[in-house]
Amino acid sequence: MTVQAIDKKSEAETAFAGAFEAMKGKGAPALRQASWEFFTRKGLPTRRVEAWHYTDLRASLRIVAPLGAPGAITLPPAMEGRVRLVIADGAFRPELSDVAALPAGVGLASLADVLAKEDAAALTALGLPENAGADAVVALNAALMQDGVVLRVAPATEVAKTIEILLLSTGGEALSSFTRSLVVVGDGAKAKIVETSLALAPSGAQENHVLAFAIGAGAEVEHIADIGPQSEAAIRLFSLLVTAQAKASFKSFGFIGGGGLVRRQIFARLAGEDASVSLDGISLLGRKDHADTTLVVEHAAANCKSRERFRNVLDGQSTGVFQGKVVVRPGAQKTDGSMQSRALLLSENATMNNKPELEIFADDVVCGHGATCGRLDADQLFYLVARGLPKHEAEALLIEGFAGEIVEAIGEEAARDVYFERIRSWLGNRGDGK
Amino acid sequence: MIEIKNLHVSIGERKILDGLNLTVKDGEVAAIMGPNGTGKSTLSYVISGRDGYDVTEGEVLLDGENILGLEPHERAAKGVFLAFQYPVEIPGVATMTFLKAAVNAQRRSRGEEELQTPDFMKMVREASTKLGINMDMLKRALNVGFSGGEKKRMDILQMSLLQPKFGILDETDSGLDIDALRIVSEGVNALRSPNRSFLVITHYQRLLDYIKPDTVHVMAQGKIQKTGGPELALELEKSGYRDYVGEAA
Repeated sequence: MTVQAIDKKSEAETAFAGAFEAMKGKGAPALRQASWEFFTRKGLPTRRVEAWHYTDLRASLRIVAPLGAPGAITLPPAMEGRVRLVIADGAFRPELSDVAALPAGVGLASLADVLAKEDAAALTALGLPENAGADAVVALNAALMQDGVVLRVAPATEVAKTIEILLLSTGGEALSSFTRSLVVVGDGAKAKIVETSLALAPSGAQENHVLAFAIGAGAEVEHIADIGPQSEAAIRLFSLLVTAQAKASFKSFGFIGGGGLVRRQIFARLAGEDASVSLDGISLLGRKDHADTTLVVEHAAANCKSRERFRNVLDGQSTGVFQGKVVVRPGAQKTDGSMQSRALLLSENATMNNKPELEIFADDVVCGHGATCGRLDADQLFYLVARGLPKHEAEALLIEGFAGEIVEAIGEEAARDVYFERIRSWLGNRGDGK
Repeated sequence: MIEIKNLHVSIGERKILDGLNLTVKDGEVAAIMGPNGTGKSTLSYVISGRDGYDVTEGEVLLDGENILGLEPHERAAKGVFLAFQYPVEIPGVATMTFLKAAVNAQRRSRGEEELQTPDFMKMVREASTKLGINMDMLKRALNVGFSGGEKKRMDILQMSLLQPKFGILDETDSGLDIDALRIVSEGVNALRSPNRSFLVITHYQRLLDYIKPDTVHVMAQGKIQKTGGPELALELEKSGYRDYVGEAA
């Protein structure tokens, strides 16, 4: 028997060194080097790292998949009215993207170009935000980032069309990808950004995506993260970094449709007074899906408001994680924070881990949190079956209602329809072991 | 017609119904009165098929067919309707969505065509108007934030859409003020018909001023102790249930 000491590099950590060698010449050497050193000190997170307590990445990610190379792709149709930017297996593909349809006032560059040109302003924004700085996965992303998009919305521009960043996995062979995208929203501008993780064919893809928003004063951003189904072998890590200046608002809805290991981490910073963030999400899990949503909302200025509402529906042998931390910095008086996580367990073998936390260093704040975990309500079920609904239909209606309450809050009507449909389709698959 | 024969029901070790017999003929409105804890709500749940009750003996026949082996939704499709003492709030489920799902599930179960949205809407609009229910309320989540009276009215609306053969009103008067009681009762009275029967469960005579029963049954100790006409309810209002509880105790 061999016992591996915890401070020894795992096979995967060693393999990342090879990827770093391949990437380190591709722009931003100082940022990459510092991030790489940080990552090598930290290593892949284990249960010993508090923020990763329920997702042992080091144990899950044993063998690193190779980086991909661009190939031919047949894209599914885009949703009407959306401008789509395609990042496939880690590479931005302008020829597959609706670059010409980008509305006026929106500038686009590929991350690879920005890095190659050493664009100082963009690089600063791409650096690790303070509140995400301790995370090894974000650091690994900065060390190995391949490509992504950098969008700049000019001040006071109202972007008419929703811009979708499509994170595509072509599938077949399992590939690693590291993408980093940045959206800089000028003062008083309004934009809607969707990030979609889509697998054209299931595979054990290993994806590490970072999407950073720098939101100017008085700007408004609506965001959707759509994490579609993938193979049970896939490992997908999504880090959302948000900085909101005074009077800015960021409203986000996240959908996790299962598929192997999914970790969403959100680091949101309310940097200016009267800013607000609203983070919603639903996860529909079955089989052995593992979906972890871990967020830190930092109130760094006074009079800010934050809302988090997350719901997990768990079937099969799935595991859900919600860790939410609201930090109120000294001086962030009149903070109004509320966080809620609710889980519905549909199977004896499903597990939910709920961990809400508050860290408050100001004395005049209103902050609350709630976490619940339970089965379908017997009284509600009986009410519905007594009205003539067969049990499976009654259950489906209740589950749809549970998740649908969050979907209702999405601003875009077409998107609401999409997610109601996704809930129904998930419910339709429940019977066959999903 | 509903016939309950020698019904014995327990919850775990505890016996709740102890050989209950009751017949309600088509077109008849029967009232069951009795003190707290005598199994009135148990009876309504057992007829409508709720889990958790052990029927150890007896049968419940709807038009001659024993329904005790059927699932609750199958009983509903055959015409059993329970108006709940406390209608449940169901967040996230729009009332209209639920109503349509219920009506069409019953129609499917009976092998009938499902109603299309325009026909269904017309039916709902008519029924709602009669009960003074605003159509905007039907866009809201079922019973969520409704007052006690609104919830009961919603139950009666469901009954009028589902057109059951046998309606059970389980303490429909609880939590209602006089105005709400009148509206709900009028709704029930409008549904009285020669081929529909009702079982009205109540503590108080008051409800029976609004919904006039054909027969009154006194229930205590898990069975029917006495049967009479409407005058029996008035008698009970004066003398209370002491005689019936005392008898077996």
